Amino acid sequence: MTSVSIRDLSLKFGALEVLKSLSIDIEDGEFLVLLGPSGCGKSTLLNCIAGLLDISGGQIFIKGRNVTWEEPKDRGIGMVFQSYALYPQMTVKGNLSFGLKTARVPRDEIARKVARTAEVLQIEPLLDRKPSQLSGGQRQRVAIGRALVRDVDVFLFDEPLSNLDAKLRAELRVEIKRLHQKLRNTMIYVTHDQIEALTLADRIAVMRSGAIQQLDTPHEIYNRPVNLYVAGFMGSPGMNFISGEIDGGDSPAFRFAGQSIDLSTYPASAPIKSGPGIFGIRPEHIVSGDAASVEPYQATVEIDVVEPMGADTLVWAMLDGSEFRFRVDGQTGMRVGDHVRIGFDPARASVFDTATELRL
Amino acid sequence: MADVQTLNTVAVGIDPVADRLSGPQGARPKRVLSRRNIFLYGTLIFVAAYYLVPLYVMIVTSLKGMPEIRLGNIFSPPVEITFEPWVKAWATACTGLNCDGLSRGFWNSVRITVPSVIFSIAVASVNGYALANWRFKGANTFFTILIVGAFIPYQVMIYPIVILLREIGLYGTLWGLVIVHSIFGMPILTLLFRNYFTSVPEELFKAARVDGAGFWAIYFKIMLPMALPIFVVAIILQITGIWNDFLFGVIYTKPDTYPMTVQLNNIVNSVQGVKEYNVNMAATILTGLVPLLVYFVSGKLFVRGIAAGAVKG
Repeated sequence: MTSVSIRDLSLKFGALEVLKSLSIDIEDGEFLVLLGPSGCGKSTLLNCIAGLLDISGGQIFIKGRNVTWEEPKDRGIGMVFQSYALYPQMTVKGNLSFGLKTARVPRDEIARKVARTAEVLQIEPLLDRKPSQLSGGQRQRVAIGRALVRDVDVFLFDEPLSNLDAKLRAELRVEIKRLHQKLRNTMIYVTHDQIEALTLADRIAVMRSGAIQQLDTPHEIYNRPVNLYVAGFMGSPGMNFISGEIDGGDSPAFRFAGQSIDLSTYPASAPIKSGPGIFGIRPEHIVSGDAASVEPYQATVEIDVVEPMGADTLVWAMLDGSEFRFRVDGQTGMRVGDHVRIGFDPARASVFDTATELRL
Repeated sequence: MADVQTLNTVAVGIDPVADRLSGPQGARPKRVLSRRNIFLYGTLIFVAAYYLVPLYVMIVTSLKGMPEIRLGNIFSPPVEITFEPWVKAWATACTGLNCDGLSRGFWNSVRITVPSVIFSIAVASVNGYALANWRFKGANTFFTILIVGAFIPYQVMIYPIVILLREIGLYGTLWGLVIVHSIFGMPILTLLFRNYFTSVPEELFKAARVDGAGFWAIYFKIMLPMALPIFVVAIILQITGIWNDFLFGVIYTKPDTYPMTVQLNNIVNSVQGVKEYNVNMAATILTGLVPLLVYFVSGKLFVRGIAAGAVKG
């Protein structure tokens, strides 16, 4: 059963088209992440679903009910904001019960629901404090509680972790995931952080200038990006791109600067045609040293820059005129100027048509 | 790479003892009578004196009897302190036919100021809230018109308002003046509140809407408690503005309902009899006392409110 269904949703501010005829069906209990750079319309879409922005065209269904013209409170949604948006003059308890009081829920029921929510989120000791007396992580927990307490069908998260420091962000990320596993509510989560997207999502919608580029599982989006934009956006460090020519036919290959990469094992969606193309391979799919000798494609590169990152090390090199990064173990002894043997399997690569930027 | 051997070599090259005993060390010494300080405090003292000397003259004069004033030494302190002028200014000074001093004007001013302040702030805060948070169609046009209203000279509107008040039967009454003050306070107050509410994070407003609060619930439960500093600013602006008003008071009221400022003018500018400087001074101080008190009591809150817009909550 679909929980949230968006049909041909569009939004215009005057002549500016912010959202272009979007359609998404979200299953009951699904965790959908809207991912994209700032200004791509992901938060706007979330505001439209919440009913905080009036849309220009299309329909929104929540739990099978057409809520296109409904007020936010009547849509069965709870929302968590980036800046927490806690009511500063109320205590934590006041913040949690505000929505229930507005809905004229009986007092003893409010007390029961607030107590249960506080227990789930482990914020019982904070109930009588003001938001200004809480840390960032505690504030965001209360903000989540405010959505939780109202027994809504759908949770909307608008970059909830962006204001927190890296360590807290990782902690709360796990907590949100745990919460989802426990509650099994439908959740729509907006973020520009791909790690959050990959770790949390059942499905990710990668957005760019008001349109969805790819809507799929994290695995598919990471391994089989539909176009050059998604391929470049997902992954950190980003995918290596090499421009060249594609040779179609019986033994397809990718040629650049006198080199040739055999594409016969590449899982193409259609028979490969000749023409200009871009070859993309993720830094983590490249092996170096002795391990490279078993890979279908091998080359020798000279190391340009070494970036140790603790657990692993990122190595920058030049591969026949193209900048080329690969990831090696953190304990590597590689130094600038060394010549190393690298290799990879073209079956794990992504090849794009230069003109359309679509995956082949 | 930092090599231990290299570091050692460098450290030995410098004489560590001599380097530490000479040269600047610790807090930089401060001279009390520097040129900067003399200039700074000199200017401050001069400016303070510029404002305080007239006040001094007023207080001193109001405490003297008339014979002593006729000696002409306006800066000399009173030889014989008398509170007679104060009593006379408050209770028995004559303006026109009434001889009950400024007390009548004082109570008129209170009866004008209190409702004007409450009414204008109540309306303007809702205006500002609606303009900042509920982006209705034509909001910007409405706002522009309101702001332009703030720049139209009062003189242009005096006569039309006289006719307007006459037609609705409020000309010459206290309530007529209350309406006039509320209208003229509206542009600046609305601007004040709109700017304050714009600085409140929009997400707070969104959160309240998701929580099911409507226009008035958000105003009273979320926005109003957060806006206390700006309310204090508005109250101060309005009390001092309305209390000090002379123009509207003299035009839109009758002798019976004259506010304090108009009555003060009538006492000070009366042409019959001897000029009682001491009574005039006392009357003037009495009239200015209310705004002065408001500033003293709420000075800190005022500054905080003005600055509050710049600080994130």
